[in-house]
Amino acid sequence: MMAFDSFSALLAMDGHAAYVWSAWGLTALLLIASALHARSERRHLMQNLKRRQRREHHADRGKAHES
Amino acid sequence: MWAFIHKLGSPKWFYAISARLQPWFWGLAILLLLVGSVWGLVFAPSDYQQGNSFRIIYVHVPAAILAQSCFVAMAVSGVIFLVWKIKIADMAATVIAPFGAAMTFVALFSGAVWGMPTWGTWWVWDARLTSMLIQLFLYLGVIALRGAFASRDSGARAASVLALVGVVNIPIIKYSVNWWNTLHQPATFTLTERPAMPVEMWLPLLIMVLGFYCFFIALTLTRTRNEILRRESAKRWVRELVADTDRRG
Repeated sequence: MMAFDSFSALLAMDGHAAYVWSAWGLTALLLIASALHARSERRHLMQNLKRRQRREHHADRGKAHES
Repeated sequence: MWAFIHKLGSPKWFYAISARLQPWFWGLAILLLLVGSVWGLVFAPSDYQQGNSFRIIYVHVPAAILAQSCFVAMAVSGVIFLVWKIKIADMAATVIAPFGAAMTFVALFSGAVWGMPTWGTWWVWDARLTSMLIQLFLYLGVIALRGAFASRDSGARAASVLALVGVVNIPIIKYSVNWWNTLHQPATFTLTERPAMPVEMWLPLLIMVLGFYCFFIALTLTRTRNEILRRESAKRWVRELVADTDRRG
């Protein structure tokens, strides 16, 4: 059984909307931000490592040409 | 047994095994958090005294439990690092600290917001609230201390020691509601007694707690893997791994 008669009643929380939704909102925000941060952190790290290794690879080949 | 621990301490092995584990924990976390949220917000009955403000319990209690579990996990990792010099333990401790601090902040914030309609005040300097605030400062201290040294190893050792010392705060938080007269109500879940609320109230709470734990495990796995990439980037297996993903585009 749903505890509310309508969607607007759910949003209003019987006058406790500001308390309930701010607590839930901050929680959701921090959880989602943590997950997204972990994902973008991985992408950045991978990109940097790829770029660095490609550069080193080219540098090595350049040296091989000189000798 | 020792061979297993040694294997677990190897970044290469951890990187491989966590790749297989992390999708399950992420999936489980999303599922449990969605089910628990809808159940707690929409279907759980409202409290006869507190009305709907009681629905804050579904984020407040899991965050508070996680805040303490993270601290213990961080301290245990610190001991493993200090005693056996296992690098992966320090990587885990590094990534657990900010999440633990975030969860402590969520517990404090949701508690304050819950206190207003229930106690008529945002904040009181009582034992439970004050010890929780101290825990937030301990987390921030551990994070700051780690960054305050030129050498990573010194920072890691200092952070481990502070985490270990800070663990004395955990039983103080836990038993504060029994030792002192406080506004805060006693624990919702105990191992020995049935919860003092009806099943349609505590079951969604249990689901949320499990969801938060799965989220914590998933995030720690993912970010420890990132930490491995960052610290072990000169190792041959990491270089081969990077070259491999580069070829595949």
